[in-house]
Amino acid sequence: MIRFENVTIAYAGAARPALRAVDLRIREGELCLVTGRTGIGKSTLLGAVNGLVPHFTGGHLAGRVTVAGVSTADAPPQELAHLVGVVGQDPLAGFVTDTVEEELAYGMEQLGLAPEVMRKRVEETLDLLGIAPLRDRALRTLSGGQQQRVAIGSVLTRQPRVLVLDEPTSALDPAAAEDVLAAITRLVHDLGTTVLVAEHRMERVLQYADRLVHLPGEGRVLAGEPAALVRETDVAPPVVRLGRLAGWNPLPLSVRDARRAAGPLRERLADRVPPPVPGTAGETVLSARDVVVGYGSVTAVRGVSLELAAGQVTALMGRNGSGKSSLLWALQGSGPRRSGSVDADGTDPGRVSSRRARTLVGLVPQSAADLLYLESVDAECAQADRESGAAPGTARSLLDDLAPGIPGGRHPRDLSEGQRLALVLAVQLAAAPRTVLLDEPTRGLDYPAKERFTALVRRLAREGRAVVVATHDVEFAARAADRILVMADGEVVADGPTADVVVSSPAFAPQVAKVLAPQRWLTVEQVADELAAVAGEVRA
Amino acid sequence: MTAVRPVVLSRALHPGAWWLWALGLATAAGRTSNPLLLVLLVAAAGCVVVRRRGDNPWALAFPMYLALGAFIVVSRVVFRVVFGGGQGDHVLFTLPEVPLPEWAAGVRLFGPVAAEQVLGGVYDGLRLAAMVVCVGAANALANPKRMLKALPGALHEIGTAVVVALTMAPQLVESVQRVRRARALRGGRQRGMRALRGIAVPVLEDALNRSLALAAAMASHGYGRTGTAAPRARRVTGALVIGGLLGVCAGLYGVLGSDTPPWLGVPLLLGGLGLAVAGFVLGGLRVRRSTYRPDRWRAAEFLVAGSGIATGVLLYVSARADAAVLHPSLSPLTWPEAAPLPVAAILLGALPAWLAPPPPVPAAAREAVA
Repeated sequence: MIRFENVTIAYAGAARPALRAVDLRIREGELCLVTGRTGIGKSTLLGAVNGLVPHFTGGHLAGRVTVAGVSTADAPPQELAHLVGVVGQDPLAGFVTDTVEEELAYGMEQLGLAPEVMRKRVEETLDLLGIAPLRDRALRTLSGGQQQRVAIGSVLTRQPRVLVLDEPTSALDPAAAEDVLAAITRLVHDLGTTVLVAEHRMERVLQYADRLVHLPGEGRVLAGEPAALVRETDVAPPVVRLGRLAGWNPLPLSVRDARRAAGPLRERLADRVPPPVPGTAGETVLSARDVVVGYGSVTAVRGVSLELAAGQVTALMGRNGSGKSSLLWALQGSGPRRSGSVDADGTDPGRVSSRRARTLVGLVPQSAADLLYLESVDAECAQADRESGAAPGTARSLLDDLAPGIPGGRHPRDLSEGQRLALVLAVQLAAAPRTVLLDEPTRGLDYPAKERFTALVRRLAREGRAVVVATHDVEFAARAADRILVMADGEVVADGPTADVVVSSPAFAPQVAKVLAPQRWLTVEQVADELAAVAGEVRA
Repeated sequence: MTAVRPVVLSRALHPGAWWLWALGLATAAGRTSNPLLLVLLVAAAGCVVVRRRGDNPWALAFPMYLALGAFIVVSRVVFRVVFGGGQGDHVLFTLPEVPLPEWAAGVRLFGPVAAEQVLGGVYDGLRLAAMVVCVGAANALANPKRMLKALPGALHEIGTAVVVALTMAPQLVESVQRVRRARALRGGRQRGMRALRGIAVPVLEDALNRSLALAAAMASHGYGRTGTAAPRARRVTGALVIGGLLGVCAGLYGVLGSDTPPWLGVPLLLGGLGLAVAGFVLGGLRVRRSTYRPDRWRAAEFLVAGSGIATGVLLYVSARADAAVLHPSLSPLTWPEAAPLPVAAILLGALPAWLAPPPPVPAAAREAVA
């Protein structure tokens, strides 16, 4: 269906090609998962399928890419629209019209299909993706998961033979991501569509994949059976790493398979308990009473009270629109707050100037890049020192602590996702706040970057700060957080130590917890340490 | 057994029908300065709007047009009082006149205010206000996006560009708000150019990224799949369309204005229309694109457009036959009268309030009922 023949793609000004001598064949009806670290060339590979690379992005393509026998060298993306459908990371950025029904019809209108055919296909697609009740809603008013399903629908109505999805679930909460993935697997099984999907959080897709395409770096591409290939990849979901640790063969790809193989492991760990939470909670640095946030007639946060202790990392979870961001902004003081009080070191950050508020509570917003506007990393750091009244060099040394080796002359836009996050964090920490709030920082971080970020968050806490991280990523929360707060409908519905909250929850439990339940292990590292200890005791 | 009788299904009327109807009424308004007729006309348009508008944002703009009309009338009167000129015998009251220097001879500030003067302002203002209200009625009734969809195939690209621009505007506002909030997080207390830069740079970057993403998405959706048109054919089409539209504009001006030479009216309008249609047909031939759920031109559309056009034509005719009724005299000052023919014509224009199908109910409201 899709063939890459000796394909090399190089962008102008890049030291080395993004893809080098790639040979790849994807057969009809396969669900193919593309993995690799950020910036390794996944988007280039996906974009080459319908000719967006290089027709749209520039760069040079040597070799041949064909889809159903049509070469992308001969046909620009427009002329491949009936064969290939593309869904991007941010559905809102790709919408052309503004209501659901029109968006579904847009692609068909471009193909010149007859009105009766279009009407029928729109109705079928609405049902297939379960979005019929939304048919005349404005696209901007939909939730992220709904938007992503509409984006998939708008591609499906053209009945393409290949569907290309570039991180379709990266912005979604676990439940919405499940919805989208369920829709995708259904397409593969019912319609025989060939699907090529890139995904950071492999644990969500790996079990459904027929084939794994892994980009280890240097422009190389490996393809093969998921269970075989995943043994060596540098990115792997927890269930696979647990399997590697326990030496299971074949390697399990889903929680179900792992659980069936995990009997002996559970026995070995039977009378063991995970070590107590590492972070020891200190004095309370921020306390909030009955915080209410509303916009117009909508109440986003309904009377939330909480206390944050120094040295504690709290993960704030809950579906999109449950009030997480509103709560963080209200705690920081620059967001609206209808009633209630916040007390940070004896001062209410909402009642003082924004300059004073950021010395009490630092917030890194969801789109962290909004905070950056200068031409170089050094200029941003110097500006941050001036804004915080800190000694010159404070922000830069913080940055070197958080992420060593970022060249000062680099433009912030050219940094990797993780480096940019570190820069924004350094800018905010220059004001020396004792409470640090992070809104969805793990979005777009691959496993190694997430690993580093986890260490960074733990360190912030160790240095005596209270840290709150709003996140959808259960694996990250399991590793980084001491305490989990779950919000729903503007209220806190669960609050407690990580293990207590996640082990019992089907939505928030990390994979290791699901495999080893009812034991309370959360991460592969915990299990590894414990097994090492067991082995040591046996030897002794 | 329930009685079987034809049911008028609720649906959105073709936007073109509403525009034809409104232009017909506007033409009628341009033909008269009789306040009775003009007020009746505004009432007729208002009645149709109230009965047949949906609950979309643009439908709620009608009161704004009414307010604009009132403003026009008031400003006309104020203008006449300030720069009076002092024609007319029935002086209502006298304002102290402001003496002006020699070179401003012929202009007078304040002074005696005559009834003729004020009424002249009211009549004049009412005529313009009525035309504005007619346009407002069309805006409230016709979905602007469906209007763009109804554009001939040759103009499809422009239509898409307009829709994209319309959706980009709120996104830009949103992104400015987001960045301003982010600036507050950095304790941003800068003023002037530096503050502007702190907001403009991220917003523009954002907008640029979004446009690129949108362009890529549109290309993968098949936007701009080319037919095989020779550049020359495209130029001919363009020239025909633009020339035709210019002709239509000049023709409309001729028809609406009451003291333009006759050749500038109907003949130019028709000629321009002919040219434009030829251009559209030629352009449409090379387009392989279709429209989802196109608005069809059915009986109701004919009735609505017909009623508006009939109103315009009837007033045009009666202006020829009996100009005195349509333009009540100011000197000598007479009470305006309403003759049967123009009144009937304007009432004809109110018929769409019953003839047009009711607007569709959105799905959310449907669920609430079911």
